[in-house]
Amino acid sequence: MIPGTTDLLLDATGVAKSYGAVVALRSASLAVRPGEVHALMGANGAGKSTLVKILTGAVRPDTGSISVRGRSYTAHSPSEARAGGVVSVYQEPALIPDLDVRSNLRLTRTPVDPVRHWLVELGLPDLDLTSLVRNLPLASLRVIDLARALAIEPALLMLDEITAALPANLTERVLEVIGRQKGTDRSVIFISHRLIEIAAVCDRATVLREGATVGVVDVTEGSDDRIVELMLGDIVRGGPATSADGKTPGAVAARASVTPRIAARSLASGTELRDVSFDLYAGEVLGVVALEGQGQDALFDILSGAERPDGGELRIDGAAVSFRHPADAIRAGLVYVPADRAEALLMQRSVRENIALPFSTRVSAWGLINVGDERRKVDKAVATLQIDTRAASEVRRLSGGNQQKVTIARWVAGGVRTMLCFDPTRGIDIGTKQQIYQLVRDLAGAGAAVLYYTSELKEIQLACDRAVVIFGGRVVAEIAVEDADEPALLRAAYNLRADAPMPETVAATAVAVEAGAAPSGTGPGDVGAAPQ
Amino acid sequence: MSASAGSVDRGRPTLRWDAVGIARRNLWTSGLVGLLVIFLALTKFIQPTYGAAGIQGLAISLLPIALAAVAQAIVVISGGIDLSVGSMMALTSVTSAVLMKGQSDAVAVVIVIAILGMGLLLGTINGGLIVATRVPDIIVTLAMLFVWAGFALLVLHTPGGGAAPWLMESIRGPLVSEWLPRAVVVLAVVVGVVWVPLQRSTVGLSLYALGSNRLAAFRSGVPVGRTKILSYALAGLFSALGGLALTASTGIGSPVPGSYTLESVAAIVLGGVSLAGGRGGVVGPIIAVVVLALIRTDLTFLGVNPNWSEVIQGAILIGVVMFGSLLAMRKVRA
Repeated sequence: MIPGTTDLLLDATGVAKSYGAVVALRSASLAVRPGEVHALMGANGAGKSTLVKILTGAVRPDTGSISVRGRSYTAHSPSEARAGGVVSVYQEPALIPDLDVRSNLRLTRTPVDPVRHWLVELGLPDLDLTSLVRNLPLASLRVIDLARALAIEPALLMLDEITAALPANLTERVLEVIGRQKGTDRSVIFISHRLIEIAAVCDRATVLREGATVGVVDVTEGSDDRIVELMLGDIVRGGPATSADGKTPGAVAARASVTPRIAARSLASGTELRDVSFDLYAGEVLGVVALEGQGQDALFDILSGAERPDGGELRIDGAAVSFRHPADAIRAGLVYVPADRAEALLMQRSVRENIALPFSTRVSAWGLINVGDERRKVDKAVATLQIDTRAASEVRRLSGGNQQKVTIARWVAGGVRTMLCFDPTRGIDIGTKQQIYQLVRDLAGAGAAVLYYTSELKEIQLACDRAVVIFGGRVVAEIAVEDADEPALLRAAYNLRADAPMPETVAATAVAVEAGAAPSGTGPGDVGAAPQ
Repeated sequence: MSASAGSVDRGRPTLRWDAVGIARRNLWTSGLVGLLVIFLALTKFIQPTYGAAGIQGLAISLLPIALAAVAQAIVVISGGIDLSVGSMMALTSVTSAVLMKGQSDAVAVVIVIAILGMGLLLGTINGGLIVATRVPDIIVTLAMLFVWAGFALLVLHTPGGGAAPWLMESIRGPLVSEWLPRAVVVLAVVVGVVWVPLQRSTVGLSLYALGSNRLAAFRSGVPVGRTKILSYALAGLFSALGGLALTASTGIGSPVPGSYTLESVAAIVLGGVSLAGGRGGVVGPIIAVVVLALIRTDLTFLGVNPNWSEVIQGAILIGVVMFGSLLAMRKVRA
């Protein structure tokens, strides 16, 4: 035995896994020290999720050795992994929708009081444990799932994109709590696509590429570039900023006399959306920024025809419209790309059918599908978006990034006039993200109009021409792209004046999590704790 | 940290266990009880002579289908469906009738216990096949519908056999008051002994978890395969109880199953069990069985052509479920 090996909390070496001919992991290794927050990085399809599944016992490796605290470790199911001190929090919360929170805790035999303690720490002090999981917002479910995992004090806690789609205030609390695990005898494996979070909470990062570990990096200032380089390999050289800045500043001129593609006036819906007005012009990408639950969901539902507004007016190319069905919106040229790919795709069908679906239904609803024409359009879209078609027969077998590309491709194939993107890069890898930014820019360049909501503030400057900020169901600010850096957007999203001092919880964002651990904040940053 | 920990206990909500609280949490079942009362009143109005005797007769005739509905409810709550319920009832019924004919009471007790064990075994075979072959539930149980029906005919080709007198007496007549039929007591005891404790245990949560979200259940540490087999084993057990109830109510065994399978599906749907799994209980389906039977009784009393009465029953089923979903949608929107 190599001396020092037993000092590691987790030591996995040479882990490999194939599904038939598809190699998911070639040779992955991962060494985590006690008391460490360790980032696991890799583009989609690099094998991160397979490695996590192996560690949680959902999948058994073909070869390789894994030990936890020096002892050989094998798990055949998540409950065995739990017993071995390995617990994972997934992107999709592992909570049963039809049971209340308390029954969910009982199901996993988790003591209630520690969970309450962690809920308070994580910013959900008022959660009613008798509420049905089905009725809680996704952000709360993630926090509950995390609190449940923390409550049993696992030796190794794996967090898969825990901050994805969390509002900024909850993200801070979560990162702060994760940071506090440092220096204990327990460790955290942190999977995230957000480099700023990696920099904020992680000590080291292991980078996977094409199923193999390609490097372990100490997370320090400036390690971002190194991580990205390792992740992308030969695909892209250089940091994210250089390749994403392909758009020309000021590409969109002022157009007082031009009719906007979408003109929204005082749109309102229920208690969520109160008064939203904006103009979206052809050839531009308009960013939408909002904390979780500020009415952006209702806005996109209205624009995509899934819901009818209670008030206000919507004009498309100058003509007032009232959508009764998504088909009406599509006919008016408004197409929708949701964050959740499962909402848009026929998971059991092929890439080809998924891309062809909207325009084949439109072109000849009852007649025969023109196969030749369809094939040309689909091939063109697949090529434009560089979709990996190795698993083309069933969309559900594609990686998340490739699935998202298929959702976009179906609209691109039919020719797109106005695209509504709702957090289109949620949980997908940095390489694909950049392709999506580029694609959005190209669409705008070709004369399309794009409305782009994102929960990642830095995407505004990467993909948009300007941004509107929604707070409490109202547009509270419009910011030009030059000024739309993260602090400015965050201030606006909290509805603070530009010169107002940042609340300390906001200022603590990802900058110095350890230092910011002491005060739990008195600023408005704390208000978002109550779930809707 | 300690400051916030001190506030942990504040505002812990307590469940209300009074009648209003229970009714609120079981809106669908409460609505069904209301429907039941309405139809009972209607029956009395149409047929003023309808009284305790009528209710006793109704209880005996409904015991088998009520047990079938419980069996179906458990499987559907766990995310499956069992089309072989009727055949399992027929097989256990004829087996018990053949074995019991001419036997002493003591031997009959052993036979009853053996039949219950047989029901568990049949259900375990159903569930085991589904888990092992990964063939969808509906296909496996459709196939087993034919298999168990075939076995039933092999055991007894024409109606016959017999039943122990104590078994027949156990569901006949009233207990304490003439308004409390023994069949109702038997049903309450069986459900109370088998299902209620189970539902409150972690195993019961696992059944609901499996039906609600299979992946989340797996990740929560639920042994998915074993839980699925358990749900079918329980369905087998309740089908065997239903089979015994058939034998007890007729005194013989009949190898050709009635329309119990489809009626049980209708009852659970009306009883508030989601066919998608994870939602509902067994009390709703039992009440739904009675409501459906009362509808039939009323239509008969009114002299409606029985063929029309089938049509009306189907229409009522759709209407009630649609009305319920509309109410549920309203509640979510409000």
